[in-house]
Amino acid sequence: MRDLRLWGLKKSPWVYHVAAASCNNCDIEILELLTPRYDVERFGVVLVGSPRHADALLVTGVINRKSLPRVLEVYEQTPKPCLVIAIGTCACNNHIFRNSYNAVGPYDKHIPVHAYIPGCPPKPEAMILGVVKALSKL
Amino acid sequence: MSTWFSGWRLIVGFLVTVIGVPVVGLVLTWVDRFVSARVQWRKGPPFYQPFADILKLLLKQTIVPQGVARTAFLFAPVVGIAGMTLVAMLIIYSNFNTVVNQQSSFIGDIIVLLYCFALVPISFIIGASASGNPVAAVGASREMTLYLGYELPFVLAILIPVVKVTQQWGVASALRIGGLVAYQQQFGPLLYSVSGVIAAVIILFTIQAKLGYVPFDIPEAEQEIMSGVIVEYSGAPLALFRITRAMAFVLLPLFLITLLWGGLRDWWALLKFLLIVVLIVLMKNTNPRLTIHQALRFFWFILAPIGIIGLVLAFIGL
Repeated sequence: MRDLRLWGLKKSPWVYHVAAASCNNCDIEILELLTPRYDVERFGVVLVGSPRHADALLVTGVINRKSLPRVLEVYEQTPKPCLVIAIGTCACNNHIFRNSYNAVGPYDKHIPVHAYIPGCPPKPEAMILGVVKALSKL
Repeated sequence: MSTWFSGWRLIVGFLVTVIGVPVVGLVLTWVDRFVSARVQWRKGPPFYQPFADILKLLLKQTIVPQGVARTAFLFAPVVGIAGMTLVAMLIIYSNFNTVVNQQSSFIGDIIVLLYCFALVPISFIIGASASGNPVAAVGASREMTLYLGYELPFVLAILIPVVKVTQQWGVASALRIGGLVAYQQQFGPLLYSVSGVIAAVIILFTIQAKLGYVPFDIPEAEQEIMSGVIVEYSGAPLALFRITRAMAFVLLPLFLITLLWGGLRDWWALLKFLLIVVLIVLMKNTNPRLTIHQALRFFWFILAPIGIIGLVLAFIGL
């Protein structure tokens, strides 16, 4: 039973894109990832419109005091075997906003993060690699 | 034919409809995604992709949000899947009864079929309204409007073969699927006439709307209102909704073939079925989404008059 569930999760990770005040650069790269050029649908990855349908949250950008409650809410709305993949250096460790007065820290201070994909912005290939590593560690 | 034998046949038919139709439907969902991928010059997912999706959803956590009418919320997907199973039973049993074919079902089963097809949008509306989400409410109102739109031309298109059979054999066999199939086995498919072509075109557009495919995917516009009617669903109920859609994807082309293109009793039916499916997928891939008032105008003021013209032609005998 557990193997079946794991197989299903690995073969069809549906992703939801959470942009918590990013500079839009990582978002553009995520959109690039979902275009026919990289064709992640062949791994079963589908971009869904609602966090209720999602298995993986692609989080980008640095969290500030305004966006933290929203991010937490989205995380709570996701059904629970769910991956969180931090995309971009801002999401991993705050990057240049490290000492900023309104940045409330990288994602792993607030929600469990399963994969870190650094880069400003990371390449789509790096994102695929990161997601594959996160899935193979399940 | 002993009672034991007929009982055995009923059980086999039941297993085929309950297990076979969803499985074929999921494979067809893969065909849909594969053809879409090829249209967009991609590779596309492997064939087990829909099964992995359904399996994952079935084994995932199901969230029932606060403020939801719990019973209606969880019962709505069951309504849809029950309606589709009933349709599958009616169509398959009427087509494959060994004693061909007039008496295989009851008088008026085509009307029952109409209502059973209506259970799918009704289940979506119930589920969306019960979930209490404003986005789902928008989706539900759009689903209702779309249903009111396509049901009128759909009924007109169904009346065309009924009228044609009535002129020869009377109403009692025309209101039976078995009667329609037997008529077509004797006189050739109803599609090969002017009114038959009109009916087929109308039913093709209606299939597109009933499946929620792209020119008419207004109720669950993913990019616009976040999957609309199913926005609050997760886990097993969402899987049931997807299975319902997959079953509809099998049954609506089967219904079109049964009604107009000579029934399912020969091997050509398989080829016809694949042709219709690919046609639907290509229509899906080459059209942008309409707005709801465009869709309503299309169904009421373009397709419905065409349907009335087809009905008049059928009365004349063309």
